Amino acid sequence: MIFFDIAVRNLKRHKVRSVLAAVGIIIGVIAIASLGIVGNSLSVLMGGLVSDVSDTVLVTPHLAASSGDPFDPRNTLAARISERNLGLIEKAAGQHRAIPMILASERLQVRDVGGYVTVYAMPADDIPFLLENEAGIYPQGRSSGVMVGSLLADELDLHPGSRIEVGGESVRVTGIAAERGMGIDINPDYALIVTEDWYTERHGDQDYSRVVVKVSDLSEIEGVKAAIDQQINRRKEVVDVLDSREILEIYYETSDAINIFLLGIGAVSLLVASVSILNVMIISVTERTGEIGLMRSIGARRREVLVMFLYESLILGIAGSLVGGIVSIAVGYYVSASVAEFFTDFAMSGGAGIPVSVVIGYVAFAMAFGTATSIVAGFYPAWKAAQLNPIEALRYE
Amino acid sequence: MPVISFEHVSKVYPLPAGDVVALDAVDIAIEAGEFILVMGPSGSGKSTLLNIMGSLDVPTSGEVTIAGNRISGMDDDDLTLLRRDHIGFVFQQFNLIPLLSVVENVEYPLILKARQNGSRERAEEVLEAVGIAETHFSHKPGELSGGQQQRVAIARALANDPDFLLCDEPTGNLDSKTGTAIMDLLDRMNREEGKTVVMVTHDPRMTDYADRTIRLVDGRVA
Repeated sequence: MIFFDIAVRNLKRHKVRSVLAAVGIIIGVIAIASLGIVGNSLSVLMGGLVSDVSDTVLVTPHLAASSGDPFDPRNTLAARISERNLGLIEKAAGQHRAIPMILASERLQVRDVGGYVTVYAMPADDIPFLLENEAGIYPQGRSSGVMVGSLLADELDLHPGSRIEVGGESVRVTGIAAERGMGIDINPDYALIVTEDWYTERHGDQDYSRVVVKVSDLSEIEGVKAAIDQQINRRKEVVDVLDSREILEIYYETSDAINIFLLGIGAVSLLVASVSILNVMIISVTERTGEIGLMRSIGARRREVLVMFLYESLILGIAGSLVGGIVSIAVGYYVSASVAEFFTDFAMSGGAGIPVSVVIGYVAFAMAFGTATSIVAGFYPAWKAAQLNPIEALRYE
Repeated sequence: MPVISFEHVSKVYPLPAGDVVALDAVDIAIEAGEFILVMGPSGSGKSTLLNIMGSLDVPTSGEVTIAGNRISGMDDDDLTLLRRDHIGFVFQQFNLIPLLSVVENVEYPLILKARQNGSRERAEEVLEAVGIAETHFSHKPGELSGGQQQRVAIARALANDPDFLLCDEPTGNLDSKTGTAIMDLLDRMNREEGKTVVMVTHDPRMTDYADRTIRLVDGRVA
């Protein structure tokens, strides 16, 4: 243990240098752990997001520049699905329900608050099929009532019977849709839901932005998808047909890529820290060449000199990793809670926390990586110190 | 039995320009309790002789026995332990560790040998024996005079109770008065404690302290 004591003493001699080297490790450990936790939390949230609507086949107009992402705004802004194609989709879907919808944007004015909101227009019969009613009643036919998404209603303090202005026209809120969270089919929490009749009466007949097919038996998803594809895309690509599993796959691939990227950033910061330790240790060995010569001449063996310098980098690594690990747990939980809160508020219906084991796992991985990096970084200077010839080291000035 | 014995020892440094013979068939025997001076002009092989006596270097040929141990065939670890257990070094530049206190500097070899702390008492005892006041124990070497620093270095050399002291021009960095005091200290250690002292010096006045002088010229004992 004496060489450990000497190593501690040597680190204390150059407090600022030692602390700065440890800070590098602290930053690296925090980077790896918290970025890993954030990446994992996104993964968890994305998984929850899509699995909520695993019974859905989404049909969107095909665009030459389609990204394959159903949330790509270009899909809703440009091409449409015609009435004829809707008929073909309904035919292909068979007994499964095909719900056509128009996505639009309207100016909403409530008292002195105004702004644009998303409007979902769909057949009145389909609304109860897709959305739960939290309060009031569903909008009916051409009546001037609209349904308001739960979070929008909360924010603007709207209740069934409230009067609001939509596109300059005063309308009554018939009901409040229950909070649903984001899905691949519809995101109504901050939107207005109106009947198709209500909408077309004011804006004329329009083709549809998307068709959502609800498949009652999950094993039939593949068949329904293929049938729609066969019916419409036989000659040319008219629509994109995606099911939730495909979207899940896209999300997982994306989240994996994000995870690797984030961990990569963390690893790079830790490598930079290891270079800093390498640098500190080389400076230390160079400065203490005479002392190493003295130690060797009065009885310290090569491996003891090696161990002493390795202790120094190990202490830096463990101290940095411990502090970094503690901070990472706090940062990780904060970031994870913030992300979960964000998604809960704006997108998901349920809370989405990250399991403690995942947080501990990433922190432990980062700490182990930080400590290992320090030892590796310290090995060369330690080896160099151990190999010094005592006669030459004593002469060194 | 001699504490240090050289039998036909040679040391050759192979250099690109040709071999340099630092020691050439040297025969020396130093008995316990002797005070030996090693003198000679620059390049005569004094440092090489001292390095081999200190087991910091090994001869190219010949046999060296230190404290009863033949150093030929010893590996680096064995040589290190030989130095630790049997030899005390005193350098011209003192070679004290600047950021350790006086007493910690003396404790250092004790810790290396015992592999644990708790050698403070012995360090203090040796410091007192070389004339360092207790008030200086906690000082850093830089706060002491050159003479005091060399006393601390001698205390460090004596800490592990070695068989002999190897002193490389211990007064070379000191004024004559301080140098005399250091020589008196080494002389006292030799006479009263029975320590064998081998000292390299250029100063002919030091011969008064020595039992005998080994003169080297071109790597040979003259």
